[in-house]
Amino acid sequence: MTSRLHINRAHLLRQLKQMLRIRRFEEKCAELYALEKIRGFLHLYIGEEAIAVGVMSVLSADDQVVATYREHGHALARGVSMGSVLSEMYGRTTGCSRGRGGSMHLFDRATHFYGGNAIVGGGLPLATGLALANKKMQRTALTACFFGEGAVAEGEFHESLNLAALWQLPVLFICENNNYAMGTALTLSESETNIARKADSYGIAAAQVDGMNVVDVEAATLEATEYIHTQQKPYLLECKTYRFRGHSSFDSQLYREKEEVALWEEKGPVRQLVQWMRNNSHLLDSELDDIEKDVDKEIQAAVRFAEAGEWEPVEDLSRDVYSPRQTHR
Amino acid sequence: MASETMSYREALRAGLEEALNQDPRVFLMGEDVGRYGGCYAVSKGLLAQFGAERIIDTPLCESGFVGVGIGAALGGMRPIVEVMTVNFSLLAMDQIVNTAATLRHMSGGQFHVPLVIRMACGAGRQLAAQHSHSWENFYAHIPGLKVLSPATHSDARYMLGQALADPNPVLIFEHVMLLNEPGTVPDKPDAPMETALIRRPGTDISLITYGGNLPKALTAAEQLQQDGISAEVVDLRCLRPLDKPTLLNSVRKTHRAVLIDEGWQTGSLAGEISAIIMEDGFWSLDAPVRRVCSAEVPIPYPRHLEQAALPQVEQIVTTAKAVMEGR
Repeated sequence: MTSRLHINRAHLLRQLKQMLRIRRFEEKCAELYALEKIRGFLHLYIGEEAIAVGVMSVLSADDQVVATYREHGHALARGVSMGSVLSEMYGRTTGCSRGRGGSMHLFDRATHFYGGNAIVGGGLPLATGLALANKKMQRTALTACFFGEGAVAEGEFHESLNLAALWQLPVLFICENNNYAMGTALTLSESETNIARKADSYGIAAAQVDGMNVVDVEAATLEATEYIHTQQKPYLLECKTYRFRGHSSFDSQLYREKEEVALWEEKGPVRQLVQWMRNNSHLLDSELDDIEKDVDKEIQAAVRFAEAGEWEPVEDLSRDVYSPRQTHR
Repeated sequence: MASETMSYREALRAGLEEALNQDPRVFLMGEDVGRYGGCYAVSKGLLAQFGAERIIDTPLCESGFVGVGIGAALGGMRPIVEVMTVNFSLLAMDQIVNTAATLRHMSGGQFHVPLVIRMACGAGRQLAAQHSHSWENFYAHIPGLKVLSPATHSDARYMLGQALADPNPVLIFEHVMLLNEPGTVPDKPDAPMETALIRRPGTDISLITYGGNLPKALTAAEQLQQDGISAEVVDLRCLRPLDKPTLLNSVRKTHRAVLIDEGWQTGSLAGEISAIIMEDGFWSLDAPVRRVCSAEVPIPYPRHLEQAALPQVEQIVTTAKAVMEGR
């Protein structure tokens, strides 16, 4: 059975809202970072929202998600509550990882969100292993593994693709190709810049998609997940995207021209969708205002929640280093 | 069931067989564990017995398959990952240290990694520097990991089951020089895996060691006995967490200690234990703690040089006597 993508106005409004939740949330994060409410590294996803939103809207509740250190968008789109994500960045016990992980290590058991991994490429074997467990336990779930194009230079990328193909594991590899691994352009780091083509040598089906277009990403993900379920094989999706901000909050962006950033901003996923909906009379200004107001309310509530969160008492410093026996089933 | 005599290798295999029989979620994965029968022949015959779904040959990609083991453990399986030797585990160190050891903590206790990784370790087979090193000290440094060193046939037989019953990532180091040794396996484990054991009681000096050096320490204790020195031999068994009470109680009884560790002395586990004794047992000491470790060279290939680089019975005896004589 082939399920079709149902794109109607209500659905597009939902996708727009999801992208705006991520966009406005991260803009707020940048502010809070400047105020030193959030510390550590802060890697913003601004510009890449269509990927998380497009992919997550296809995944089932049972599927597992493995993300990177630029994962606020993945977490929000997956359904991790905004309050618990922000609390985590504040380092409070009300955070989704109890404040122990911070921005780069968001985890949430309830939504099968397996992090948050600050080692480039480190999540790929993990996702492959989760898929192996799904196959062995005859679960229908698949594992969605997000990574940047920088990760394809790591051995883990190649080792994981090989194992996933060799053992026919239900993994959806999603490469978020934003062209820069920190400050090094793809053309300076890869002999073959077409990432999707790399899947060929492992016998893995792959597609390239406009990562700035949420509808395209969703459609491509639907095709990919159907392939994974029917063929019981992995699939690689390369999403062409761009981050509008620096790699992290310490990035002065000496490696790229302002014109290039401006050019991509024209193609921005939020702007693109708003324009298309307006041009086709699917979006009233009042509706956009309502969405923005809703999102703003959610953000205000998240800030209040984070501000009110408890600090873990220092006496609890060594908790959760080892699991006690009773957690073992 | 009475005690049985078998080789250390057979004891390891019996442990694996039991684990595979007891829990359908358990599988063994690693390089050459199936068709080849295991690089050290530990898993020989298991493929025929349990099939390719549970005895899984992997390509040569330590980081990849160790990481897959971590993911499978997270997904509810009980993987036993065999890394051919600890030397190759350095290729997987990122997955072990950055992922397996940290996930529980970084997720605020939401996820745990019930993974067992087995690796061969140690020198003595003239395999030169890239196959002979003792990196278990590295792993014993990492919070979030448990590190086991089965020195006896009983531990070879039972520690795997204990490790699988533990919800944390557990690393088991199997010293290659023990594999062919015959020994006795009782019908139940000697003690919980995290407990250090007195393998030979004594009153004059504590010889503290683990793994492949336990037989050497026991032989040294026999020789010391002939000279009227009563040496107590402490088998650490678990290198992380360390059973401090047992080793400190031994030192409080004997008032002297020699540590035997196949790692290099600089930055060694022996150094850590020496510091523990200094911090918590200083007033019970009658002499400075001494260490017998490997010479500070990459382990050489020629037999005489390799043997010269490793802790030997004679060195243990000489060092123990020097401690006794206050030299």
